Amino acid sequence: MAQKIYAGKTVDVNEEGYFTTPSQWNREIAAEIAKEEGIVLTDQHFAIMEFLRNKFLAGETLSIRSINHSGVIDVKTFYQLFPGAPLKKATKIAGIPKPASCI
Amino acid sequence: MKNLLILGAGTGGTIMANKMRKELPREEWNITVVDQNKTHYYQPGFLFIPFGYYTKEDVIKPKKNFLPKGVDSVFQQFERIDVENNKVLLTNGEVLNYDILIIATGTRIIPEETPGLKGELWYKNVFDFYTFEGAEALAGFFKTWKGGNLVVNIADNPIKCPVAPLEFAFYADAFFSDKGMRDKVKISYVTPLSGAFTKPKSSKLLGNLLETKNIDLVTDFFLSDVDNQKKVIKDFGGREVPFDCLVTIPLHSGDAAISNSGLGDEFGFVRADKHTLQSVVKENIFVIGDAGNYPASKAGSVAHFQSEILAENLMCYIENKPFTAKYDGHSNCYIETGYGKGVLIDFNYDTEPLPGKFPFAVIGPFPLLKESWINHYGKLLFRWIYWHILLKSRWFPISSHMTMSGKKSD
Repeated sequence: MAQKIYAGKTVDVNEEGYFTTPSQWNREIAAEIAKEEGIVLTDQHFAIMEFLRNKFLAGETLSIRSINHSGVIDVKTFYQLFPGAPLKKATKIAGIPKPASCI
Repeated sequence: MKNLLILGAGTGGTIMANKMRKELPREEWNITVVDQNKTHYYQPGFLFIPFGYYTKEDVIKPKKNFLPKGVDSVFQQFERIDVENNKVLLTNGEVLNYDILIIATGTRIIPEETPGLKGELWYKNVFDFYTFEGAEALAGFFKTWKGGNLVVNIADNPIKCPVAPLEFAFYADAFFSDKGMRDKVKISYVTPLSGAFTKPKSSKLLGNLLETKNIDLVTDFFLSDVDNQKKVIKDFGGREVPFDCLVTIPLHSGDAAISNSGLGDEFGFVRADKHTLQSVVKENIFVIGDAGNYPASKAGSVAHFQSEILAENLMCYIENKPFTAKYDGHSNCYIETGYGKGVLIDFNYDTEPLPGKFPFAVIGPFPLLKESWINHYGKLLFRWIYWHILLKSRWFPISSHMTMSGKKSD
């Protein structure tokens, strides 16, 4: 398993840079990963990342569809916040594994 | 008398009715099945209808034919489950009491949730093949179509039978080649996934097959809306794919009545334990098949494998013992690849589809994760097995738990 240093803390990541231990994450770390992706984090970013983290920790499957049910933002805004591949980028910055479809 | 109530007489509900009638003494337990439709559809057969290989007669039979003696059937829609008071409220005002409830209401497509999808081109140039009506309309369209852009698009997961869209693309390639017009049809496979399929080994094999068959693969595409004027599908990031014929796999959801009952997740799938199959909301409610929020394929094989587990756990529940059976996520599907060949995959929650032989090591006869003619015949034979063995829960030589025997891992 690979390790990376963010905001002075060593964290476990997989070969694609996704966290394997979500509890090692904090807001400062998020800001540094976001910088690598060319994103400056706002409160809206953190609100949707919190939604994703909670869902992940509850063992639920993450999907683009579920964003519309987040009560935080809609999918269009999600794409504006994390341009390109929002779910992949958001989960990476939120310190949780890349969502895999379960089939 | 006690009441076992089963909501839904599809694959899961029908198998459970047959199983539990054998298990539960008639003098102690009534079994009642509720379903809004009298027709049982052999859903794997829908794939063959657009290409004219199957007709209506091949895929429909009356639901009653598959319910055993001693099981009551009520063909009515239900409105709500009163979880607190162990009652199901039917839309005609009737109320059914239960001691144990099995939810087997499946999943349905909701094309109306995507702007423009059910627009003016619906069933003219835009079709689904997840309903009998859609598959039949598409068959009619293909008869006279002169060619153009054929786009197979999955709106977002979860969907029923995750391999069916791939099978459709493979079949379309063979179908239009046979008609001598493959050069006039550009086939694109547009998916929200990052590859042809989910897990690495099968995604690679199936991705290679797409390439060999000259089918374009567009990945990470989450359908936002359909522009009926421009004939394009758009994703949320603004990407567009033009179509002359759009074969859509629309968003899926559970039964609307599930959401009304407070049992479902945001998509109306019942929240339940993925191993015990018991609802997380109420201990006398159990869930089988597509209706559950299980991280497994929404497919008949899953319902079938779960039925063994559920029957055992229901008996534990009735006898007040801890659950002894545990569902491992076992799923098994034939993937038609066209030209009389198919691929077979077998996997569970923890193990991705691997190469090897199935169901027996060495002798097979079915090769796993590999194209072969025998897998195609397996799929065709399966229709007979489904109607005659599986629904009636007769003996079947395949374990509900996945086995590593015959599989090759790295």
